[in-house]
Amino acid sequence: MISFGMSEDQQLVRDTMREFAAEAIRPLGRECDEASSIPDDFFQMAWDLGLTSTQIPAEYGGAGEDRSPVTNVILLEELAHGDAALAIAAVAPSQFVNAIVDYGSEEQKKKYLPMFCGDRYHAASLAILEPSPVAEPLRPRTVAEPKGDGFVISGAKSFVVFGDRASHFLVFARNDDRVDAFVVPRDAEGLTISEPELNMGMKGLTTVGLELERVEVAAADRLGGEAGADAAQIVNNSRVALGAVLLGLSRGVLEYCVPYTKDRVAFDEPISKKQSIAFRLADMHIECDAMRHLVWQAASHLEQGRDATQKARFVKTYVSEKALWIADNGIQVLGGHGFIREHPVEMWFRHARTLGVLEGAVGV
Amino acid sequence: MIDFTLTETDEAHIEQARQAALICRQYAREYDENEAEMPPEELPEAAEFFANAPDLPTPGPEDTSYPVRTALQTMVTHWGDYSIRLKRDRGGLGNAALAAAGTPEQQQKWGHLTLSMAITEPGCGSDPSRVSTTAVLDEETDEWVLNGEKIFVTTGIRANGVVLWATLDKSAGRGGIKSFLVEKGTPGFEVPHKEKKLGIRADDTAAYVFRDCRIPRENLLGGDETVQHKNSGGFRGVMKTFNMTRPMTAAFGHGIAEAALDFTREQLEAAGITVDYMAGLASQSAAAEKFIRLEALHEASKLTTLNACWMAGEGMPNNMESSVCKAHAGSSVRAITQGCIEILGSLGISRDHLLEKWARDCRITDIYEGTGEIQRLIIARGLLDYTRADLK
Repeated sequence: MISFGMSEDQQLVRDTMREFAAEAIRPLGRECDEASSIPDDFFQMAWDLGLTSTQIPAEYGGAGEDRSPVTNVILLEELAHGDAALAIAAVAPSQFVNAIVDYGSEEQKKKYLPMFCGDRYHAASLAILEPSPVAEPLRPRTVAEPKGDGFVISGAKSFVVFGDRASHFLVFARNDDRVDAFVVPRDAEGLTISEPELNMGMKGLTTVGLELERVEVAAADRLGGEAGADAAQIVNNSRVALGAVLLGLSRGVLEYCVPYTKDRVAFDEPISKKQSIAFRLADMHIECDAMRHLVWQAASHLEQGRDATQKARFVKTYVSEKALWIADNGIQVLGGHGFIREHPVEMWFRHARTLGVLEGAVGV
Repeated sequence: MIDFTLTETDEAHIEQARQAALICRQYAREYDENEAEMPPEELPEAAEFFANAPDLPTPGPEDTSYPVRTALQTMVTHWGDYSIRLKRDRGGLGNAALAAAGTPEQQQKWGHLTLSMAITEPGCGSDPSRVSTTAVLDEETDEWVLNGEKIFVTTGIRANGVVLWATLDKSAGRGGIKSFLVEKGTPGFEVPHKEKKLGIRADDTAAYVFRDCRIPRENLLGGDETVQHKNSGGFRGVMKTFNMTRPMTAAFGHGIAEAALDFTREQLEAAGITVDYMAGLASQSAAAEKFIRLEALHEASKLTTLNACWMAGEGMPNNMESSVCKAHAGSSVRAITQGCIEILGSLGISRDHLLEKWARDCRITDIYEGTGEIQRLIIARGLLDYTRADLK
C-alpha cells in the first residue's frame, strides 16, 4: 500500500542523526573544506555511532541489524544536512561493506567484514570512475584479463574516496563481456595511488586516482567469485545514496536562506516579502519534497530487492539537477554574501556540483 | 511504513479505469475538433462495458488508502481523455459547496440538481475579494437582485443551477462576499456561450450573465446575511486543513503527461531508439536522454501528488503539500508535454496524433484551482510564517 509514513524506528533515526548533524557536523564543515582534510577524531566519533558495523551480520562480528536502504536514506539526508563531505566520511566504508555482504563469497565475508567491526575507524573504497570524459560505470576501460587461476588488472581510476586511508579498493573492471569487481589491497604490486586530487568541492574528502599496471589478483579476489556481483545494482545503490546526500544539502540551503531573507532589509522591508525572493524559496521547498519522494521510492525498490535501475536513474538525473539549482539559487538569494566564504552557501554549491559526479562514493 | 507498491485492490481499480480510458480516447479527437458539440452523457460502449465489468473490492470507510487510489484512478482516466467519459458523473463543483455550506433545508431542496460554481469574472480571478457581481436585497419583495458577469464556469452548460459568488458590500472585500443559489430558467440569468479554449475543448465551460436577476431571499447559501468588515489579514502560516481538490487537479495533469510520455516512448521504439537507464551521455541518443529527464520529472511530480493524497487519507493537514503538488504539476506537465513535442518534431504537432492536444489540454493545470503563482504564495507564507497581509 502506498505510504509516505516513517516507522517509529525511522523517526528515531531521523531525530538522532539530526541532532548529531547539528552538533557535530555543521560546525566542522567549513573548517574541513578550508583544510582539505577531516580530523581523525571526527572519523572516530562517527565510527562510534556504529553506522557501519551494526548492519554487518553477527557471524562476521557485526550487530546483525537488518539493513534498510529506506532508513539509510533518511539517515543520510540528516547527516548531509550538517555537511555533505562529513556525511560521506561518516558512512563511506559502508559502500564497500555492503558490496561484500551482498555479493561476497563466504571466504570474502570472513576475510573482510571483521575489519569493520572493531573499535577504530576502518576505511575501504569503491573504485568505479575513470579519468576520461563521459566515463560510465558499467563500461569501464580498466580491463581484467585471466591469467592462470587469477586476473591481471590494468587501467586507471579516479575520484576514489579515502585513498589516503583505505586498506582495500573494490576495483570495477571489464572482464571480457562483463563487469567484475576485484578487491585490491592498497599495497598491491603495480598499484600506484596518486597524491590527493584537488577538487572543486567536497574538499574534506581525500580523493585519489589509482594507476593499475598489471596488478595481479587471485581468483578469490573477484567479488562473488565466478557468479560475480550485480555491478548495476551496486551503482544503483550508490546513486540513491548520493541522492539522499544531495537532498540533505538542498534542505540545508533552503533552511539557511529562510531566516537570512527575513533579516535582510532592502527598500524598507525584508527581502522575504518580495515575491521574487519568496517564490524562489517556495520553489526550493517544492523541489526538496519532490527529491525526497524520488529518493525514498528508489530506496524502497532496493529494499524490496526489485530492479531499481530506472528509479535510481531518476534520482541521479533529477536530484543532481535540482540540488544544483537550489544551491545556485541559494547563492543568488544571499547576493554578495552568497559569494563570500563567511557563509556556507558557496561551499554547499561546490559540494552539489561535485556530488553529481561522485559515483560509487557512498551507499545505502 | 514507507512503501510504493500497489495493493491488489489498487491494481484492479486502475485496470478497470484503464480499460474505460482506452474507449474514451477513441472519441478524444472528435470532440476536440467539434468544440460546439457536447460529448454524450453516455457512450454507446457504456452498457456493454459495465455489464461485463467485474465487481471490484471496495474497502470500508476505515480504508486510509482511498485518496491515493482515487488519485491514481483519476490519472488513468485523464490518460484516456480529459473530458470524455463512458458515463458522466452527475454533480458539479456547486454541489460540493452546497454540501459544505448549505443549510439542511437548502441541501434537501437543491441536492438533486447538478450545480456549477461561478466565481471568476472578467475582472477577477485569483483574488476573489475583487468579485464585482452584486446582490442587493429588495426588502419589499424579500428578493435578492443580482447583476454581473461570470466566466470559466465549469459544467456551466449542463448544470441546472449555479452557486454564485456575489458581493453585498464591495467595501468589505472578502467579508462582503456571499454565495447564492440560482436555478437555470430564472429570468435575468443568461448563458450566452460555451467558452472557446486552447485545450480541454470538449469540457463544459460557460459564461454567465445576470441582469436584474431576482431570486428568493432564502437562496443565500447558509443564510448568514451579515457582512464582516474587520480585515484579519488572514491566517498566519499554513492553515491546518485537508485539501483534495488541488491534488486532484494535479492528478488530471499527471494523467495527460503520462499519455504524452507513453506515446513518445512508443514512437521512439518504433524508430529503433531504446531508452537505457544505465547508459551515460556517450552511449545514448540525445532523444533518449531527454526522454529520461522528462520521465524523472513526471515521476517526481506524481509522487508529490500521491504524498498530499496519502496525508489526506491519514487525516494529516495537507494544505502545504497540496500546494506543493499543484505547483509542481503545473510546471511539470507543461515541460513534459512540450518536451515530448520537441522530441517527436512534426509528429508532435500533427493533429493526426493526440500529443498536440495533450499539450494544449494540460496547459490549464497551472492556472485553475489556483495558479502556480498563488500556490507559491501559499507555500512561501507557510515557510516564512507570514500572513496574507505580510506577503502579497
